[in-house]
Amino acid sequence: MNTAQWRYVPPPEGNDVESIAAEAGPILRASGLAKRYGARVAIEDVAFDLWPGEVLAVVGESGSGKTTLLNCISARLKPDAGQVEFLTRHEGVVDIYGLSEASRRLLARTDWGYVHQNPAEGLRMDVSAGANVGERLMSLGERHYGRIRSQAAQWLARVEMDASRIDESPVAFSGGMRQRLQIARNLVTRPRLVFMDEPTSGLDVSVQARLLDLLRTLTHHLGLACVIVTHDLAVARLLAQRMLVMKDGRVVELGLTDQVLDDPQHPYTQLLVSSVLQP
Amino acid sequence: MTPAIRIRDLGKTFVLHNQGAAELPVLRGVDLDVHGGECVVLDGPSGAGKSTLLRCIYANYRASRGSIVVHDRGQSVEVTQASARELLAMRFRSMGYVSQFLRAIPRVAAVDIVAEPLVERAAGDIDAVGEARHTAEQMLLRLRIPMRLWSVPPATFSGGEQQRINIARGLIRRKPILLLDEPTASLDAGNRLTVISMINEARQAGAAVVGIFHDQSVRDALATRIVDMTEFAA
Amino acid sequence: MNALDESVLDTREAGYNFAYLDERTKRMIRRAILKAVAIPGYQVSFGSREMPLPYGWGTGGIQITASIIGHDDVLKVIDQGADDTVNAVNIRRFFQRTTGVATTERTSAATLIQTRHRIPEIPLCEGQILVYQVPIPEPLAKLEPREAETRVLHGLAEYGLMHVKLYEDIARHGHVAATYDYPVMVDGRFLMSPSPIPKFDNPKMHMNPALQLFGAGREKRIYAVPPYTRVESLAFEDHPFEIQRWREACSMCGARDSFLDEVITDDNGARMFVCSDTDYCSLRRADSLDTTQGEDQ
Repeated sequence: MNTAQWRYVPPPEGNDVESIAAEAGPILRASGLAKRYGARVAIEDVAFDLWPGEVLAVVGESGSGKTTLLNCISARLKPDAGQVEFLTRHEGVVDIYGLSEASRRLLARTDWGYVHQNPAEGLRMDVSAGANVGERLMSLGERHYGRIRSQAAQWLARVEMDASRIDESPVAFSGGMRQRLQIARNLVTRPRLVFMDEPTSGLDVSVQARLLDLLRTLTHHLGLACVIVTHDLAVARLLAQRMLVMKDGRVVELGLTDQVLDDPQHPYTQLLVSSVLQP
Repeated sequence: MTPAIRIRDLGKTFVLHNQGAAELPVLRGVDLDVHGGECVVLDGPSGAGKSTLLRCIYANYRASRGSIVVHDRGQSVEVTQASARELLAMRFRSMGYVSQFLRAIPRVAAVDIVAEPLVERAAGDIDAVGEARHTAEQMLLRLRIPMRLWSVPPATFSGGEQQRINIARGLIRRKPILLLDEPTASLDAGNRLTVISMINEARQAGAAVVGIFHDQSVRDALATRIVDMTEFAA
Repeated sequence: MNALDESVLDTREAGYNFAYLDERTKRMIRRAILKAVAIPGYQVSFGSREMPLPYGWGTGGIQITASIIGHDDVLKVIDQGADDTVNAVNIRRFFQRTTGVATTERTSAATLIQTRHRIPEIPLCEGQILVYQVPIPEPLAKLEPREAETRVLHGLAEYGLMHVKLYEDIARHGHVAATYDYPVMVDGRFLMSPSPIPKFDNPKMHMNPALQLFGAGREKRIYAVPPYTRVESLAFEDHPFEIQRWREACSMCGARDSFLDEVITDDNGARMFVCSDTDYCSLRRADSLDTTQGEDQ
């Protein structure tokens, strides 16, 4: 397909929470996912649904398989078993591993976002902030410099960055700013589904707070469906409506975030919740 | 008329797996109907399961057995069986919950915390969002939160101030069901009276209210019925 | 043009096959050329041979020329537009020694033109072949160093990255910085490096009646633009592609429409501007001598 001719039209703004319940179905459905490395099980028998506008936290300690799971559902790592289905805008439900490489890459640039733990991995460090944010638009055929620039400036403002820094290189930015830039870069095509891998780890506490607030606001205003991998239960409580707890590659608990945290059923979840230090 | 909340044979036992699977039974055989316009006060000593019952209705705790059916504007939800989505929708549509403690969201100003339930419902409509803020300000005024605190995150507020923020947030949207867990515990007499009027207004507008109130005067002002929770102690 | 006469045949070096390369190699290169012509702008790998010139001196172009040159061809070789610089002279002599084929400095008289970094000013015709010497065939090389990745980008026509570079130039300098090797889209499908020709020459590639072949010896790639193919320089709608212009005219022939080289004439920094294309310049001078009216100097 000649992508140069296809013009991307972002969806209209505003997402009515009430109408979300009336949507066609889950935006993402994972079933029977498994990934092994030789004899070692990374994940086994993982299944869940994610609905439009919903934030799901995947929590677990190191080695729980949460990052493997994130990579399997975001088409970065082909699972050994199971399926991942995505509800596209216009073509119904598709098996993401049944798509062509071209379609998968296009999806990743338009309807999906991926926020890396280390923002340098999700940015082009050698080009300006504006170029970083504008890249997706350019890859979709936008050829008007002024329009690209103004959209980039708008998104920088939305992530609470000073739009006058649009021509600066991210090398000059702090960790928190780089992370916000990464978010802007992902959201410029108004994706409906965003994957986040420990988006606030490694940042100073005050910077974390600011970023979490931003994520909370954005996911809500834009009606984003989100899967956030985190080891921090407080982050899960703040951002996610539902929570999935992983241990040794398996899902041990899945439910409303406040319910899982306040009334944990599984022994491991109880252990996890009771181990968290309260300042 | 269908009750807003219908509870049948509700039981709740906590299993503490990390204490050798010790079982902690709290509730047993709870039967309760709450209709719109009622204010049911849960009475009983500490540990009797009052908060637990509220949390079970709100689906914050998972019932061990029994049934909780919430009915609102023609829709019924069996809380003990509903999916996470259905529960979230039910809370959004029908249930307000004021807990004892305000979980302070870092960096969000008091007025925005209070306005949030309305802003959520506004879904991007600029006028509605503006109105939401205005309504929040009115509530803060009524609850005597000084204006200089409106744009401050409440993490540093006093206990009483935090509680008032909590209440304002819980009551700002007129929801058909209100669950209140000690909403007046840290308030002085004046503020207590204000909160009592607010709750009464909601009840008179048709809300089904279930509350835990420590203070006798508050109970006298609000309760249409008192339920003795010792009946349901496990 | 004319059949080869015996005396010229005798000037060929003994012990070398016609045009230096063995016939099998020529066939392999011709196959690569065919593929390249069939997919305009697509980089075809080929088994680049050891040539008697080092890498960086036009071995790719030489291999292409060697594979297609025939007895009846007339060869022109230019380097930066001039027939008399070291590179051009050596390559021309190489082909004289290994083929005995006739050579010329006149663009219009040549059937085969090998060039380093310029396109002749005089328009080419059907039947002519222009062979470019290419150092780095990959237009995305500076932006994406991994070949595995650039192959995928070309395969999927994902060229946003190149536009990112152009955007960045405009943000930093107010205009696109590249003045040579300016990237182009061939037939609306492949992003191509036109070799380090000045952007002034880019428009000449578009719908050219001649066959354009590109050879990179060190990088082992051949690509092609068949006759009458669309070649469009990348740009933004609000920052369209523009060629270089000079205020001066050529001091020797007065041309205002050719690419000018700046020549420093003395230690005080005096300079003059001269046509880079020596053939073009000398033709114009010859014309002005013939006509009774002088041209503006």
